[in-house]
Amino acid sequence: MLVNDFLELSTEKFPDKTALKFRGQSLTYCDVNELTNRFANALIHAGLQRQERVGIFLENSIESVIGIFAALKADGIFFVINPKVKKNKLNYILNDCNARILLTDSLHFRELIPILSSCPFLKTVILTDYETFDSSVVAGTKIRLFSYGQICQEFPLSRPDRNNIDIDLASLIYTSGSTGQPKAVMLTHINMVSAADSIITYLENTPDDVIFNALPLSFDYGLYQVLMAFKFGGTVILEQDFLYAFKVIAQIVKEKATGFPIVPTYAAILFKLKNLDKFDFYHLRYITNTAQALPPQYITALQKIFPITSIYSMYGLTECKRVSYLHPSQINIRPTSVGIAMPNTETYIIDGKGQKITEAEKIGELVVRGANVMKGYWNHPKETDEVLKPGPVPGEKVLHTGDLFKMDSEGFLYFIARRDNMIKVGGERISPKEIEYALYLMEDVNEAAVVGVDDEILGQAIKAYIVLKKGSTVSEKDVIKYCSKNIEAFMVPKYVEIVKSLPKTSHGKTDKLKLQKGQL
Amino acid sequence: MHKDEIKGKLRKFIEDSYLLSAGVDSFEDNDSFLEKGIIDSTGVLELLEFLEDTFQIVVEDEEVIPDNLDTLTCLTTYIRNKLEDAGK
Repeated sequence: MLVNDFLELSTEKFPDKTALKFRGQSLTYCDVNELTNRFANALIHAGLQRQERVGIFLENSIESVIGIFAALKADGIFFVINPKVKKNKLNYILNDCNARILLTDSLHFRELIPILSSCPFLKTVILTDYETFDSSVVAGTKIRLFSYGQICQEFPLSRPDRNNIDIDLASLIYTSGSTGQPKAVMLTHINMVSAADSIITYLENTPDDVIFNALPLSFDYGLYQVLMAFKFGGTVILEQDFLYAFKVIAQIVKEKATGFPIVPTYAAILFKLKNLDKFDFYHLRYITNTAQALPPQYITALQKIFPITSIYSMYGLTECKRVSYLHPSQINIRPTSVGIAMPNTETYIIDGKGQKITEAEKIGELVVRGANVMKGYWNHPKETDEVLKPGPVPGEKVLHTGDLFKMDSEGFLYFIARRDNMIKVGGERISPKEIEYALYLMEDVNEAAVVGVDDEILGQAIKAYIVLKKGSTVSEKDVIKYCSKNIEAFMVPKYVEIVKSLPKTSHGKTDKLKLQKGQL
Repeated sequence: MHKDEIKGKLRKFIEDSYLLSAGVDSFEDNDSFLEKGIIDSTGVLELLEFLEDTFQIVVEDEEVIPDNLDTLTCLTTYIRNKLEDAGK
């Protein structure tokens, strides 16, 4: 089975059922299927070859979903770029995967225009708001502009030939790399179909489910809400953010949503609302949480707001999508556990010598086996070999997560910490190197070290310690300003401290443990 | 409180709290905070706290909508109406 079959099969079964809703627009499975066929034919017309990359650089929208499935139907590989990405990273990503075609809107395209000449592989840009765009700004470049609206009217409705097989790549998902540049997780159709299958199994999804998703589709957690809903023939309601929480909650009630995926930040925002008790959430079957653990007091507070809703604590990483889930019946018994391996996957914990740990409460690295484990990092064989290692079946690769775990006596898993020094802010895994890399490009910076410090809402917040070059008068504010112009908002340090020197270990490396504790 | 005074306080708070980290140099009275990337979901929490503390008002859940909060102009009108309703 291919990921695009999710849509085709559900269209056969439920042609007139609502598949996708977004801000007053509502599309049936038949509508979505037809639009993706037209769009796929346009991609092929624009010269897309099998397994070439199609980028989607948009906020959550109908168009972004159409783009994803059209790229797959045209035998391409899709990747969704975080819509908040700034031009340097955008440039890096587009060239890293040699993107051929990009679907975007004029607001986001503006970020790209200054770097168009350094993206030689990009040939075609499809604009969702082409009609109001001044196309003279790309005159003189080799870029061909297309109108999304025109494509949806003019290209044939017939499904293009299907050449991909399930071991072909379906998607690239960019994650923060420990080397300072993002790297793309390569996922085959099998990887994604297996992950979706396992999650649907433990969440017990049925075609009656209505999922409300405000998470960005560039985040695999958000993306899978759409993929899964299309697989089980449900309805997915998209929102772009959780900014106006009350409005979002009212929509959840109005649409009688049955599934609501959250991250802890959403919960923190919900708790600020005053009149939640006037709503009856009888329809809401489940809430899922991942990316970062829900503090136990959050669980209790959520149960008060949603008394009959099941709460699933989950754990995963992009490299295999999801690893484990805690059955809702266990959440009050072991609120800090992330549960057990999801269906059709296996986990074990190893010690420093690579031996399996069988005793309870002993900490080691979590290893994951399953058809959901990625093929590797695009263009990064060395980093791939560091995480994908031989497994028990000859030729098999298992995922060494780099996350430290322990198991209790009944086999439930507990996340302890990252083995490397990646920072987790509001669920985003951030590489301190990536921020340091940006800081070192600042002329006045002599030395920079970035660490995670505790933060009530985000779990961790980013703090940068800076040693300036002699005579520099740069201020903390200047550093933040510089960062915000050059890296995405979620990576901009919340705190900056200018110091005379950084503490060092006996090997002369920056002592990050000391910095984390604020010891200089 | 006069409209201009309200607007001045709001502008100062937004400039001090968000512009720097959003990488935005300035904004017009009618620019959407959301579209310009000035305020994110944790930013809204801070904004609400600021409004309640500074103007001594209670922001009802139903009032947390873009029509009231998404531009400086909307925000000023909203606060002024709230203060008028409270007889301040």
